[in-house]
Amino acid sequence: MKQIVDQIKEKIMEKQVPETSWFSPFNVVTGIILGIGLILTILRFTMGLETVTNLDNNTPWGIWIGFDLLCGVALAAGGYVTSATCYIFGLKRYHSAVRPAILTAFLGYALVVLALHYDVGRPWRLPYPVFYSQGTSSLLFEVGLCVFLYLSVLFIEYSPAALEWLGFKKARNIIIRLTLVLTIFGVILSTLHQSSLGALFMIVPSKLHPLWYSSYLPVYFFISSMFAGMSMVIFEGSLAHRFLHHKMDQTHLDESLGVALGFSKAASLVMMGYVCIKLLGLSLDNNWHYLTTGWGIWYLVELVGFVIFPALLFAAAHREKNLTFARIAALWTILGIVLNRFNISIIAFNYHLPADQRYFPSLMEIGTSIFIVTLGVVIYRFICTRMPILHEHPDYKSH
Amino acid sequence: MDIFTLQEFYTFTKGNTYLIMGAILVFMPLYWRFLTDRDDD
Repeated sequence: MKQIVDQIKEKIMEKQVPETSWFSPFNVVTGIILGIGLILTILRFTMGLETVTNLDNNTPWGIWIGFDLLCGVALAAGGYVTSATCYIFGLKRYHSAVRPAILTAFLGYALVVLALHYDVGRPWRLPYPVFYSQGTSSLLFEVGLCVFLYLSVLFIEYSPAALEWLGFKKARNIIIRLTLVLTIFGVILSTLHQSSLGALFMIVPSKLHPLWYSSYLPVYFFISSMFAGMSMVIFEGSLAHRFLHHKMDQTHLDESLGVALGFSKAASLVMMGYVCIKLLGLSLDNNWHYLTTGWGIWYLVELVGFVIFPALLFAAAHREKNLTFARIAALWTILGIVLNRFNISIIAFNYHLPADQRYFPSLMEIGTSIFIVTLGVVIYRFICTRMPILHEHPDYKSH
Repeated sequence: MDIFTLQEFYTFTKGNTYLIMGAILVFMPLYWRFLTDRDDD
Protein backbone atom coordinates (compact mmCIF):
# COMPACT_ATOMS: atom_id res chain seq x y z
CA MET A 1 0.00 0.00 0.00
CA LYS A 2 2.81 2.37 0.98
CA GLN A 3 4.52 1.59 -2.31
CA ILE A 4 1.37 2.55 -4.27
CA VAL A 5 1.00 5.81 -2.34
CA ASP A 6 4.67 6.64 -2.96
CA GLN A 7 4.24 5.89 -6.68
CA ILE A 8 1.22 8.23 -6.89
CA LYS A 9 3.10 10.98 -5.01
CA GLU A 10 6.12 10.63 -7.29
CA LYS A 11 3.93 10.83 -10.42
CA ILE A 12 2.10 13.94 -9.21
CA MET A 13 5.35 15.73 -8.43
CA GLU A 14 6.89 14.70 -11.76
CA LYS A 15 7.68 17.69 -13.99
CA GLN A 16 5.57 17.44 -17.14
CA VAL A 17 6.24 20.85 -18.60
CA PRO A 18 9.42 22.93 -18.83
CA GLU A 19 10.09 25.13 -15.83
CA THR A 20 8.14 28.37 -16.21
CA SER A 21 7.33 31.20 -13.86
CA TRP A 22 4.68 30.54 -11.23
CA PHE A 23 3.32 34.00 -12.05
CA SER A 24 1.88 33.24 -15.49
CA PRO A 25 -1.40 35.10 -16.28
CA PHE A 26 -3.34 31.82 -15.94
CA ASN A 27 -1.87 31.03 -12.53
CA VAL A 28 -2.40 34.56 -11.21
CA VAL A 29 -6.05 34.78 -12.32
CA THR A 30 -6.95 31.27 -11.15
CA GLY A 31 -5.03 31.84 -7.91
CA ILE A 32 -7.06 34.98 -7.13
CA ILE A 33 -10.37 33.24 -7.98
CA LEU A 34 -9.52 30.18 -5.90
CA GLY A 35 -8.43 32.41 -2.99
CA ILE A 36 -11.71 34.35 -3.05
CA GLY A 37 -13.60 31.06 -3.44
CA LEU A 38 -11.95 29.64 -0.33
CA ILE A 39 -12.99 32.72 1.68
CA LEU A 40 -16.57 32.35 0.37
CA THR A 41 -16.50 28.66 1.28
CA ILE A 42 -15.46 29.47 4.85
CA LEU A 43 -18.22 32.12 5.05
CA ARG A 44 -20.83 29.70 3.68
CA PHE A 45 -19.99 26.88 6.07
CA THR A 46 -19.44 28.99 9.18
CA MET A 47 -22.10 31.71 8.81
CA GLY A 48 -24.78 29.83 6.88
CA LEU A 49 -26.67 30.25 3.60
CA GLU A 50 -28.18 33.62 4.53
CA THR A 51 -24.77 35.30 4.70
CA VAL A 52 -23.73 34.47 1.16
CA THR A 53 -26.98 34.03 -0.80
CA ASN A 54 -30.11 35.96 -1.70
CA LEU A 55 -32.23 32.81 -1.42
CA ASP A 56 -35.55 33.02 0.41
CA ASN A 57 -38.74 31.03 0.83
CA ASN A 58 -40.02 32.17 -2.59
CA THR A 59 -36.83 31.10 -4.31
CA PRO A 60 -35.09 28.30 -2.44
CA TRP A 61 -33.18 27.28 -5.58
CA GLY A 62 -30.87 29.95 -6.99
CA ILE A 63 -27.91 29.89 -9.36
CA TRP A 64 -26.18 27.12 -7.45
CA ILE A 65 -28.99 24.90 -8.71
CA GLY A 66 -29.80 26.77 -11.95
CA PHE A 67 -26.19 27.08 -13.10
CA ASP A 68 -23.94 24.70 -11.16
CA LEU A 69 -26.35 21.78 -11.16
CA LEU A 70 -28.70 22.11 -14.15
CA CYS A 71 -26.10 23.54 -16.54
CA GLY A 72 -23.32 21.37 -15.08
CA VAL A 73 -25.26 18.16 -15.66
CA ALA A 74 -26.45 19.19 -19.15
CA LEU A 75 -22.98 20.27 -20.28
CA ALA A 76 -21.42 17.09 -18.88
CA ALA A 77 -23.62 15.06 -21.24
CA GLY A 78 -20.70 14.88 -23.68
CA GLY A 79 -19.54 11.82 -21.74
CA TYR A 80 -22.49 9.56 -22.50
CA VAL A 81 -23.01 11.01 -26.00
CA THR A 82 -19.41 10.43 -27.09
CA SER A 83 -18.96 7.02 -25.50
CA ALA A 84 -22.30 5.83 -26.96
CA THR A 85 -21.26 7.15 -30.39
CA CYS A 86 -17.97 5.30 -30.24
CA TYR A 87 -18.74 2.06 -28.39
CA ILE A 88 -22.46 1.46 -29.02
CA PHE A 89 -22.88 2.88 -32.52
CA GLY A 90 -19.37 1.75 -33.45
CA LEU A 91 -18.20 5.06 -34.94
CA LYS A 92 -14.54 4.53 -34.03
CA ARG A 93 -13.43 7.65 -35.89
CA TYR A 94 -14.62 9.58 -32.83
CA HIS A 95 -12.51 7.49 -30.44
CA SER A 96 -10.02 10.29 -29.76
CA ALA A 97 -12.84 12.43 -28.35
CA VAL A 98 -13.94 9.82 -25.79
CA ARG A 99 -11.34 10.34 -23.05
CA PRO A 100 -11.53 14.16 -22.99
CA ALA A 101 -15.35 13.91 -22.98
CA ILE A 102 -15.37 11.34 -20.18
CA LEU A 103 -12.95 13.45 -18.13
CA THR A 104 -15.09 16.57 -18.66
CA ALA A 105 -18.20 14.64 -17.66
CA PHE A 106 -16.52 13.15 -14.58
CA LEU A 107 -15.25 16.54 -13.41
CA GLY A 108 -18.60 18.13 -14.30
CA TYR A 109 -20.55 15.68 -12.15
CA ALA A 110 -17.99 15.80 -9.33
CA LEU A 111 -18.33 19.59 -9.26
CA VAL A 112 -22.11 19.31 -9.36
CA VAL A 113 -21.92 17.23 -6.19
CA LEU A 114 -19.47 19.72 -4.67
CA ALA A 115 -21.80 22.62 -5.53
CA LEU A 116 -24.67 20.73 -3.96
CA HIS A 117 -22.77 20.72 -0.65
CA TYR A 118 -22.89 24.51 -0.72
CA ASP A 119 -26.57 24.66 -1.65
CA VAL A 120 -28.23 22.24 0.73
CA GLY A 121 -28.77 23.28 4.32
CA ARG A 122 -27.31 20.12 5.85
CA PRO A 123 -24.75 18.79 3.36
CA TRP A 124 -23.65 15.97 5.66
CA ARG A 125 -27.04 14.41 4.96
CA LEU A 126 -26.45 14.16 1.19
CA PRO A 127 -25.87 10.37 1.35
CA TYR A 128 -29.16 9.87 3.26
CA PRO A 129 -31.43 9.37 0.21
CA VAL A 130 -29.17 6.64 -1.12
CA PHE A 131 -28.06 4.82 2.05
CA TYR A 132 -30.45 5.70 4.86
CA SER A 133 -33.95 6.72 3.85
CA GLN A 134 -34.98 6.03 0.27
CA GLY A 135 -37.89 8.19 -0.88
CA THR A 136 -38.67 6.00 -3.83
CA SER A 137 -41.67 8.06 -4.94
CA SER A 138 -39.62 11.25 -5.17
CA LEU A 139 -38.02 12.57 -8.34
CA LEU A 140 -35.19 14.04 -6.25
CA PHE A 141 -34.44 10.52 -4.98
CA GLU A 142 -34.19 9.32 -8.57
CA VAL A 143 -31.95 12.22 -9.55
CA GLY A 144 -29.78 11.71 -6.46
CA LEU A 145 -29.43 7.96 -7.01
CA CYS A 146 -28.65 8.38 -10.72
CA VAL A 147 -26.07 11.11 -10.13
CA PHE A 148 -24.45 8.99 -7.41
CA LEU A 149 -24.34 5.91 -9.66
CA TYR A 150 -23.33 7.81 -12.79
CA LEU A 151 -20.52 9.64 -10.99
CA SER A 152 -19.23 6.21 -9.91
CA VAL A 153 -19.54 4.93 -13.51
CA LEU A 154 -17.70 8.00 -14.84
CA PHE A 155 -14.93 7.52 -12.28
CA ILE A 156 -14.45 3.93 -13.45
CA GLU A 157 -14.63 4.99 -17.12
CA TYR A 158 -12.00 7.66 -16.50
CA SER A 159 -9.73 5.48 -14.35
CA PRO A 160 -7.86 3.66 -17.21
CA ALA A 161 -6.13 6.98 -18.03
CA ALA A 162 -4.99 7.34 -14.41
CA LEU A 163 -3.97 3.68 -14.19
CA GLU A 164 -1.95 3.90 -17.43
CA TRP A 165 -0.23 6.99 -16.04
CA LEU A 166 0.56 5.19 -12.78
CA GLY A 167 1.67 2.06 -14.59
CA PHE A 168 -0.94 -0.29 -13.07
CA LYS A 169 -1.35 -2.42 -16.18
CA LYS A 170 -3.37 -5.29 -14.66
CA ALA A 171 -6.05 -3.09 -13.09
CA ARG A 172 -6.24 -1.01 -16.26
CA ASN A 173 -6.82 -4.09 -18.42
CA ILE A 174 -9.64 -5.33 -16.18
CA ILE A 175 -11.46 -1.98 -16.42
CA ILE A 176 -10.95 -1.75 -20.18
CA ARG A 177 -12.89 -5.03 -20.52
CA LEU A 178 -15.85 -3.35 -18.80
CA THR A 179 -16.01 -0.47 -21.30
CA LEU A 180 -19.16 -1.56 -23.15
CA VAL A 181 -21.07 -2.42 -19.96
CA LEU A 182 -20.12 0.90 -18.39
CA THR A 183 -21.18 2.77 -21.55
CA ILE A 184 -24.59 1.10 -21.58
CA PHE A 185 -24.99 1.77 -17.87
CA GLY A 186 -23.98 5.40 -18.42
CA VAL A 187 -26.52 5.94 -21.22
CA ILE A 188 -29.34 4.43 -19.13
CA LEU A 189 -28.47 6.52 -16.05
CA SER A 190 -28.10 9.70 -18.13
CA THR A 191 -31.46 9.16 -19.83
CA LEU A 192 -33.04 8.78 -16.42
CA HIS A 193 -31.58 11.74 -14.57
CA GLN A 194 -31.25 14.25 -17.42
CA SER A 195 -34.99 13.94 -17.97
CA SER A 196 -35.79 13.84 -14.25
CA LEU A 197 -34.09 17.19 -13.76
CA GLY A 198 -36.69 18.63 -16.14
CA ALA A 199 -39.43 16.66 -14.45
CA LEU A 200 -38.54 18.34 -11.13
CA PHE A 201 -40.07 21.56 -12.46
CA MET A 202 -43.38 19.88 -13.23
CA ILE A 203 -44.24 20.38 -9.58
CA VAL A 204 -44.53 24.17 -10.10
CA PRO A 205 -47.20 24.72 -12.79
CA SER A 206 -48.34 27.94 -11.12
CA LYS A 207 -44.85 29.38 -10.57
CA LEU A 208 -43.18 28.73 -13.93
CA HIS A 209 -44.33 30.77 -16.92
CA PRO A 210 -46.57 28.68 -19.24
CA LEU A 211 -44.17 29.13 -22.16
CA TRP A 212 -41.51 27.21 -20.25
CA TYR A 213 -43.78 24.96 -18.21
CA SER A 214 -44.81 21.83 -20.07
CA SER A 215 -45.60 18.23 -19.33
CA TYR A 216 -42.84 17.54 -21.88
CA LEU A 217 -40.12 19.19 -19.73
CA PRO A 218 -38.37 15.82 -19.15
CA VAL A 219 -38.19 15.26 -22.92
CA TYR A 220 -36.91 18.82 -23.51
CA PHE A 221 -34.20 18.40 -20.88
CA PHE A 222 -33.04 15.05 -22.19
CA ILE A 223 -32.92 16.06 -25.86
CA SER A 224 -31.27 19.39 -25.10
CA SER A 225 -28.63 17.56 -23.04
CA MET A 226 -27.61 15.65 -26.19
CA PHE A 227 -26.69 18.72 -28.23
CA ALA A 228 -25.30 20.41 -25.11
CA GLY A 229 -22.91 17.48 -24.74
CA MET A 230 -21.92 17.51 -28.41
CA SER A 231 -21.31 21.27 -28.28
CA MET A 232 -19.15 20.85 -25.19
CA VAL A 233 -17.04 18.22 -26.98
CA ILE A 234 -16.47 20.62 -29.91
CA PHE A 235 -15.83 23.62 -27.63
CA GLU A 236 -13.51 21.74 -25.31
CA GLY A 237 -11.67 20.28 -28.33
CA SER A 238 -11.03 23.79 -29.65
CA LEU A 239 -9.74 24.91 -26.24
CA ALA A 240 -7.46 21.87 -26.04
CA HIS A 241 -6.15 22.70 -29.52
CA ARG A 242 -5.39 26.23 -28.44
CA PHE A 243 -3.89 25.67 -24.99
CA LEU A 244 -2.85 21.99 -24.78
CA HIS A 245 -1.69 21.51 -28.35
CA HIS A 246 1.66 20.13 -27.17
CA LYS A 247 -0.12 17.35 -25.28
CA MET A 248 -2.04 16.07 -28.34
CA ASP A 249 -0.60 13.26 -30.44
CA GLN A 250 -0.90 12.99 -34.23
CA THR A 251 -4.04 10.78 -34.06
CA HIS A 252 -5.88 13.33 -31.93
CA LEU A 253 -4.75 16.19 -34.16
CA ASP A 254 -5.78 14.32 -37.34
CA GLU A 255 -9.16 13.27 -35.99
CA SER A 256 -10.12 16.59 -34.39
CA LEU A 257 -11.57 18.12 -37.59
CA GLY A 258 -13.66 15.00 -38.25
CA VAL A 259 -14.92 14.98 -34.65
CA ALA A 260 -15.96 18.65 -34.81
CA LEU A 261 -17.70 18.34 -38.19
CA GLY A 262 -19.36 15.01 -37.38
CA PHE A 263 -20.68 16.31 -34.07
CA SER A 264 -21.81 19.51 -35.82
CA LYS A 265 -23.97 17.47 -38.16
CA ALA A 266 -25.48 15.42 -35.34
CA ALA A 267 -26.03 18.48 -33.13
CA SER A 268 -27.71 20.38 -35.97
CA LEU A 269 -30.17 17.54 -36.59
CA VAL A 270 -30.96 17.02 -32.91
CA MET A 271 -31.44 20.77 -32.40
CA MET A 272 -33.94 20.96 -35.24
CA GLY A 273 -35.75 17.98 -33.73
CA TYR A 274 -35.76 19.83 -30.41
CA VAL A 275 -37.31 22.89 -32.06
CA CYS A 276 -39.99 20.66 -33.59
CA ILE A 277 -40.98 19.11 -30.26
CA LYS A 278 -40.99 22.56 -28.63
CA LEU A 279 -43.49 23.63 -31.29
CA LEU A 280 -45.58 20.54 -30.59
CA GLY A 281 -45.52 21.42 -26.89
CA LEU A 282 -46.64 24.97 -27.63
CA SER A 283 -49.44 23.66 -29.78
CA LEU A 284 -50.68 21.00 -27.33
CA ASP A 285 -50.85 23.52 -24.47
CA ASN A 286 -52.29 26.14 -26.83
CA ASN A 287 -49.76 28.75 -25.70
CA TRP A 288 -49.47 30.63 -28.99
CA HIS A 289 -51.07 33.78 -27.60
CA TYR A 290 -48.22 34.23 -25.10
CA LEU A 291 -45.75 34.68 -27.96
CA THR A 292 -46.89 38.24 -28.56
CA THR A 293 -46.14 39.26 -24.94
CA GLY A 294 -42.78 40.35 -23.51
CA TRP A 295 -42.22 36.83 -22.16
CA GLY A 296 -43.04 35.50 -25.64
CA ILE A 297 -40.34 37.65 -27.22
CA TRP A 298 -37.86 36.42 -24.61
CA TYR A 299 -38.94 32.84 -25.37
CA LEU A 300 -38.39 33.44 -29.09
CA VAL A 301 -34.96 34.95 -28.37
CA GLU A 302 -34.08 31.67 -26.67
CA LEU A 303 -35.60 29.38 -29.29
CA VAL A 304 -34.66 31.26 -32.47
CA GLY A 305 -31.48 33.01 -31.32
CA PHE A 306 -29.96 30.20 -29.29
CA VAL A 307 -31.31 27.02 -30.92
CA ILE A 308 -32.34 27.61 -34.54
CA PHE A 309 -29.48 30.00 -35.32
CA PRO A 310 -26.68 27.74 -33.97
CA ALA A 311 -28.39 24.71 -35.57
CA LEU A 312 -28.13 26.43 -38.97
CA LEU A 313 -24.56 27.48 -38.17
CA PHE A 314 -23.69 23.86 -37.32
CA ALA A 315 -25.27 22.81 -40.63
CA ALA A 316 -23.20 25.42 -42.48
CA ALA A 317 -20.09 24.22 -40.63
CA HIS A 318 -20.71 20.64 -41.73
CA ARG A 319 -21.59 21.53 -45.34
CA GLU A 320 -18.70 23.96 -45.81
CA LYS A 321 -16.24 21.94 -43.66
CA ASN A 322 -15.72 25.13 -41.70
CA LEU A 323 -14.21 24.57 -38.25
CA THR A 324 -14.64 28.20 -37.17
CA PHE A 325 -18.41 28.00 -37.77
CA ALA A 326 -18.52 24.78 -35.72
CA ARG A 327 -16.66 26.41 -32.82
CA ILE A 328 -18.84 29.53 -32.83
CA ALA A 329 -22.01 27.42 -33.02
CA ALA A 330 -20.78 25.22 -30.15
CA LEU A 331 -20.14 28.22 -27.91
CA TRP A 332 -23.49 29.74 -28.94
CA THR A 333 -25.29 26.51 -28.13
CA ILE A 334 -23.63 26.27 -24.72
CA LEU A 335 -24.80 29.83 -23.96
CA GLY A 336 -28.26 28.81 -25.18
CA ILE A 337 -28.36 25.84 -22.80
CA VAL A 338 -27.31 28.08 -19.91
CA LEU A 339 -30.02 30.58 -20.91
CA ASN A 340 -32.65 27.83 -21.11
CA ARG A 341 -31.79 26.41 -17.69
CA PHE A 342 -31.71 29.95 -16.22
CA ASN A 343 -35.09 30.73 -17.77
CA ILE A 344 -36.66 27.65 -16.26
CA SER A 345 -35.06 27.80 -12.83
CA ILE A 346 -34.73 31.55 -12.25
CA ILE A 347 -35.93 34.05 -14.90
CA ALA A 348 -39.38 32.66 -15.74
CA PHE A 349 -39.71 31.14 -12.27
CA ASN A 350 -41.99 33.14 -9.97
CA TYR A 351 -42.67 35.37 -12.98
CA HIS A 352 -45.82 36.75 -11.36
CA LEU A 353 -44.02 38.15 -8.29
CA PRO A 354 -43.37 41.91 -8.08
CA ALA A 355 -39.84 42.91 -9.10
CA ASP A 356 -38.72 43.69 -5.55
CA GLN A 357 -39.59 40.16 -4.44
CA ARG A 358 -37.83 38.46 -7.34
CA TYR A 359 -34.57 36.63 -6.79
CA PHE A 360 -31.29 37.98 -8.07
CA PRO A 361 -28.09 36.17 -7.07
CA SER A 362 -25.71 37.89 -4.68
CA LEU A 363 -22.15 38.61 -5.73
CA MET A 364 -21.00 35.92 -3.32
CA GLU A 365 -23.24 33.33 -4.99
CA ILE A 366 -21.86 34.29 -8.40
CA GLY A 367 -18.32 34.22 -6.96
CA THR A 368 -18.85 30.71 -5.60
CA SER A 369 -20.08 29.48 -9.00
CA ILE A 370 -17.05 31.04 -10.73
CA PHE A 371 -14.83 29.41 -8.09
CA ILE A 372 -16.31 25.98 -8.79
CA VAL A 373 -15.94 26.35 -12.59
CA THR A 374 -12.34 27.56 -12.15
CA LEU A 375 -11.61 24.60 -9.90
CA GLY A 376 -12.83 22.34 -12.72
CA VAL A 377 -10.60 24.05 -15.29
CA VAL A 378 -7.54 23.78 -13.01
CA ILE A 379 -8.12 20.07 -12.31
CA TYR A 380 -8.79 19.39 -16.03
CA ARG A 381 -5.52 21.10 -16.94
CA PHE A 382 -3.64 19.24 -14.20
CA ILE A 383 -4.91 15.87 -15.45
CA CYS A 384 -4.47 16.61 -19.17
CA THR A 385 -0.86 17.71 -18.72
CA ARG A 386 0.00 14.48 -16.93
CA MET A 387 -2.27 11.63 -17.97
CA PRO A 388 -2.94 10.16 -21.42
CA ILE A 389 -6.14 12.07 -22.16
CA LEU A 390 -5.24 13.96 -25.34
CA HIS A 391 -2.73 11.36 -26.47
CA GLU A 392 -2.40 7.60 -26.32
CA HIS A 393 0.00 6.12 -23.82
CA PRO A 394 2.83 4.54 -25.84
CA ASP A 395 2.68 1.32 -23.77
CA TYR A 396 -0.96 0.58 -24.57
CA LYS A 397 -2.67 -0.22 -27.81
CA SER A 398 -5.94 1.55 -28.55
CA HIS A 399 -8.89 -0.50 -27.26
CA MET B 1 -63.09 29.29 -31.78
CA ASP B 2 -64.90 29.31 -28.44
CA ILE B 3 -63.71 26.63 -26.06
CA PHE B 4 -65.98 25.62 -23.19
CA THR B 5 -64.94 22.07 -22.29
CA LEU B 6 -61.74 20.08 -21.99
CA GLN B 7 -62.99 17.93 -24.87
CA GLU B 8 -63.22 21.02 -27.10
CA PHE B 9 -59.81 22.21 -25.94
CA TYR B 10 -58.16 18.93 -26.89
CA THR B 11 -60.02 18.71 -30.18
CA PHE B 12 -58.72 22.16 -31.05
CA THR B 13 -55.12 21.75 -29.85
CA LYS B 14 -54.72 18.21 -31.15
CA GLY B 15 -56.05 19.27 -34.55
CA ASN B 16 -53.38 21.97 -34.73
CA THR B 17 -50.73 19.58 -33.43
CA TYR B 18 -51.46 16.98 -36.10
CA LEU B 19 -51.04 19.65 -38.78
CA ILE B 20 -47.69 20.68 -37.28
CA MET B 21 -46.60 17.03 -37.08
CA GLY B 22 -47.42 16.66 -40.77
CA ALA B 23 -45.28 19.71 -41.54
CA ILE B 24 -42.44 18.26 -39.42
CA LEU B 25 -42.62 14.96 -41.29
CA VAL B 26 -42.02 16.89 -44.50
CA PHE B 27 -39.45 19.30 -43.03
CA MET B 28 -37.10 16.90 -41.23
CA PRO B 29 -36.20 14.70 -44.25
CA LEU B 30 -35.63 17.88 -46.28
CA TYR B 31 -33.39 19.23 -43.53
CA TRP B 32 -31.50 15.93 -43.44
CA ARG B 33 -30.94 16.21 -47.20
CA PHE B 34 -29.74 19.79 -46.78
CA LEU B 35 -27.36 18.63 -44.04
CA THR B 36 -25.89 15.70 -45.93
CA ASP B 37 -26.03 16.56 -49.64
CA ARG B 38 -22.34 17.44 -49.74
CA ASP B 39 -21.19 14.42 -47.73
CA ASP B 40 -19.85 12.54 -50.75
CA ASP B 41 -17.65 15.45 -51.91
